[in-house]
Amino acid sequence: MEAILLQILNGLDKGTAYALIALGLTLVFGTLGVVNFAHGALFMMGAFVAVGVQNLLTISARVRDTSITFFDAYKETPYLELWWGDVGRTIIDYAVPISVIVAIPVMLLVGLAMERGLIRHFYKRDHADQILVTFGLAIVLQEIVKGFFGANPIPVNAPQVVATSVDIGSLFGLEGITYPWWRLIYLGFSLAVIGGVFAFLHFTTFGMVVRAGMHDREMVGLLGINIQNRFTIVFGLAAVVAGLAGTMYTPILSPDYHMGMEFLVLSFVVVVVGGMGSLPGAVAAGFLLGILQSFFSMNEIKAYLPGIDQIIVYLVAVIILLVRPKGLLGKD
Amino acid sequence: MSETSRNIVLSIRGVNKTFGGLKALSNIDLEIEEGKTHAIIGPNGAGKSTLLNTCIGRIRPDSGSIRFLDHDLTGGNMKPHDINQLGISRVFQTPEIFPELSLLNNVMIPAFAHKEGIFRFNPFSALRNEKAIEEETMSLLEDFGMADQAHHHAGNLSRGNKRRLELAMCLIQHPKLLLLDEPTAGMARHDTNRTIELLEKIKQSGMTKVIIEHDMHVVFSLADRISVLAQGAIIAEGEPNEIKGHPKVREAYLGSAEI
Amino acid sequence: MQTIVASSRARDILLLALFSVVVLTAPLWATTIGAGYPDLLQKFAVFGLFAIGYNLLFGLTGYLSFGHAAFLGVGSYATVWSFKLLTMNVIPAVLLSVAISALFALVIGFLSLRRTGIYFSILTLAFAQMSYNLAYSVLTPITNGETGLRVLRNDPRVLDAALGVQVEGSPLADLFGITLTGYSGFYFCALLLILGFRVSLRIFRSPFGMKLVAIKSNQTRMEYTGFNPQPYLLSAFVISGMYAGLAGSLMAIVDPLAGAERMQWTASGEVVLMTILGGVGTLIGPVIGAATIKYFENIFSSFNDQVLQQAFDFLPDWLADFMVTIISPFVGDGWHLTLGALFMVIIIILPGGMMEGFRRIAALFGRKPVKEGQA
Repeated sequence: MEAILLQILNGLDKGTAYALIALGLTLVFGTLGVVNFAHGALFMMGAFVAVGVQNLLTISARVRDTSITFFDAYKETPYLELWWGDVGRTIIDYAVPISVIVAIPVMLLVGLAMERGLIRHFYKRDHADQILVTFGLAIVLQEIVKGFFGANPIPVNAPQVVATSVDIGSLFGLEGITYPWWRLIYLGFSLAVIGGVFAFLHFTTFGMVVRAGMHDREMVGLLGINIQNRFTIVFGLAAVVAGLAGTMYTPILSPDYHMGMEFLVLSFVVVVVGGMGSLPGAVAAGFLLGILQSFFSMNEIKAYLPGIDQIIVYLVAVIILLVRPKGLLGKD
Repeated sequence: MSETSRNIVLSIRGVNKTFGGLKALSNIDLEIEEGKTHAIIGPNGAGKSTLLNTCIGRIRPDSGSIRFLDHDLTGGNMKPHDINQLGISRVFQTPEIFPELSLLNNVMIPAFAHKEGIFRFNPFSALRNEKAIEEETMSLLEDFGMADQAHHHAGNLSRGNKRRLELAMCLIQHPKLLLLDEPTAGMARHDTNRTIELLEKIKQSGMTKVIIEHDMHVVFSLADRISVLAQGAIIAEGEPNEIKGHPKVREAYLGSAEI
Repeated sequence: MQTIVASSRARDILLLALFSVVVLTAPLWATTIGAGYPDLLQKFAVFGLFAIGYNLLFGLTGYLSFGHAAFLGVGSYATVWSFKLLTMNVIPAVLLSVAISALFALVIGFLSLRRTGIYFSILTLAFAQMSYNLAYSVLTPITNGETGLRVLRNDPRVLDAALGVQVEGSPLADLFGITLTGYSGFYFCALLLILGFRVSLRIFRSPFGMKLVAIKSNQTRMEYTGFNPQPYLLSAFVISGMYAGLAGSLMAIVDPLAGAERMQWTASGEVVLMTILGGVGTLIGPVIGAATIKYFENIFSSFNDQVLQQAFDFLPDWLADFMVTIISPFVGDGWHLTLGALFMVIIIILPGGMMEGFRRIAALFGRKPVKEGQA
């Protein structure tokens, strides 16, 4: 029982990341009809917003290290700390939450620019062209990030207060199940974002038009609604969702420039498993595959089926595609 | 078999089909005689497409039977290529051709299908040695007045010419039954007339045809026999003259459409 | 836009002869563009083969596979195992690689081709990633995991042992006594490239090839025409998988080593790029695309700021500095940036690749445009 709960919890954080990326992918595919291979790069860019903010906040000056007295020693101290002391230190500590606020406008701009500059011209081209051009874009974006931040993973820390673990087992009357606070926050945050997106799509006029567009694009166009601008905004929204997923993920996994590609491949599998164009399907499949992956990494299972943890996600995808071509929750 | 039933190409008996509680076809009896052009007319939503797809074994009827020559197509599990290999060629509402290929290639491919069956692995035989097929194709294109364009891309043709090409693609296979699904849909009057001319020419060759059509002008100039479909049932059947004067038909269909 | 033509025999022979001459004289002309060394020429030939084969699937049928790197990897492993267990002679190695990759392609193709479009792409991607992940983990006894599979001096090599062939020094691939390293390695690859090109030419000129293009053009019509597309697609898939296996085998022949990274999906992406850059669905395009990418990869990644400084010596200092600043992100480590950007540019403005570019240039100069499929 403990072991199962633990695996579910372990699977959740990856699953949430998949779900968030897949949500955006599905939104873009459903509305714009575009298969966006650069979506993983948006996740990666969101993560590097956090790195950028952390770097900015910790711009440092060289100051004399007074704790060492027998020779002249210097150390790097962030300006924020020099100016504002403890307040400055706290601000630095909260780099990730601050990044979230920064990431929203930044990723929105990136998304809008991408749609206007490139994606828009590919609505009418076939899926192969879309895949290929966005694949090229993904390479360009990740190389630019590599140019600025280097090739190595860069650690980003969660705020001190939540850097510890929480004894989650006691809630269920089980012993010894602890779970890092940040992962719990990530889960809550993601659920809030997912809920927000669904609420937006269901309870606003804008969202209803978008959903109608997903259902029957020509019809909405015939109604004389300017679907084009709405699609641009949808793309921006998808970029923000992917970006936030990346920003918040940094304390869990130190970002490097090619993290986007790794998540992209799996997220695509998630989208297809969920049923292309089905938003609830994408979210459900994201969680499902994350948890499955974690389950099959258990030693008890690996002992029977060696290597299964490495392929389980793909295996599930293949089976679902062959048995249920429209995915778990896809429409015919 | 009796003397009269021998030349029935397609026979449909007591076919019913319901989609989600909606009666799409009810108790359809239909016999298509060899060498005849049989038109199926009816207003939108009368079940013409469902009937067509049931006829060729793409849709499984809830009850009844479908026979094409000696083959039982009732199961509804026929693959398009099997249907074709039985000798049924099909013209679609929007012409389905190979737009990226030349007119010559467009017609050669069905010729190969007729000769080779559903699959032949011959990557090392040279196209240039297939003189017989090429000549047959060229002479058919000549009949259709398209020989001078044989090496042009089919995608650049006008809609009317795409339809002619599609017909050529069907005819090269010498089908035992030719299905025409609204062959003049979306065409300008001029193209419609040319298509009728062409179909009349084909008619003289004695090919069995089923035409599903909206345009009365087309139907009355081509059909030997007409079945009128309304709300999934055949409400009248007969020679064009009988149908023209049939009161039920006027009520159900002709009153609401152009004549 | 593509027309399969019943080109005359004489034309085809001329084309094949020209191709062979250009390939076989590569060591001569390649020096003039700074590519005159065997390592790079081998890569031209190997990736040329890979791209020719990929084009037979993607170019003719339009099915975008993201999993062909798996066959490349399988081909490499099979060759190294043949070197380890049987003999350093390359003939069994090549045959084994092609056979095993054909088998792999048959299974993966059979399943993936149940679906079309993006679903097909995802299925091939999933199979390739499974192969890659397995090669890295549980299949370590076969693949030697991260380290990669190498030929060792004390491997059994039963055929060599039976024939009394001794390996002195580090074992190298040979063809009945000719050691296939350096230029001899290149010529071996070149001969297979010519053979591969010839097979591709035959397919382009056959009814079979025409039917593959028809599937790409309109699958509904193809089905109602009386052909079952499935066996045609599967044949194309297996043939292109065999090309990939052959390319993988050659990689392991010129450098007896096989690693799992060869199977990663980004490697599949590379062959897509080569095919598109050169010209999808054209005969020669994929080879040109492969050579171009390998050439620039080699040239660009060896550039650094000093080389650039020298190149812009003739300019005034400030301008030279400016040029170096502008260009340096795109060379050296930044080669991938160039590659990605190039990829986008080609798909946006020149979907027919370099072959289309050549045609447009030829048209500019008033020459009669060469029909696709002929060149």
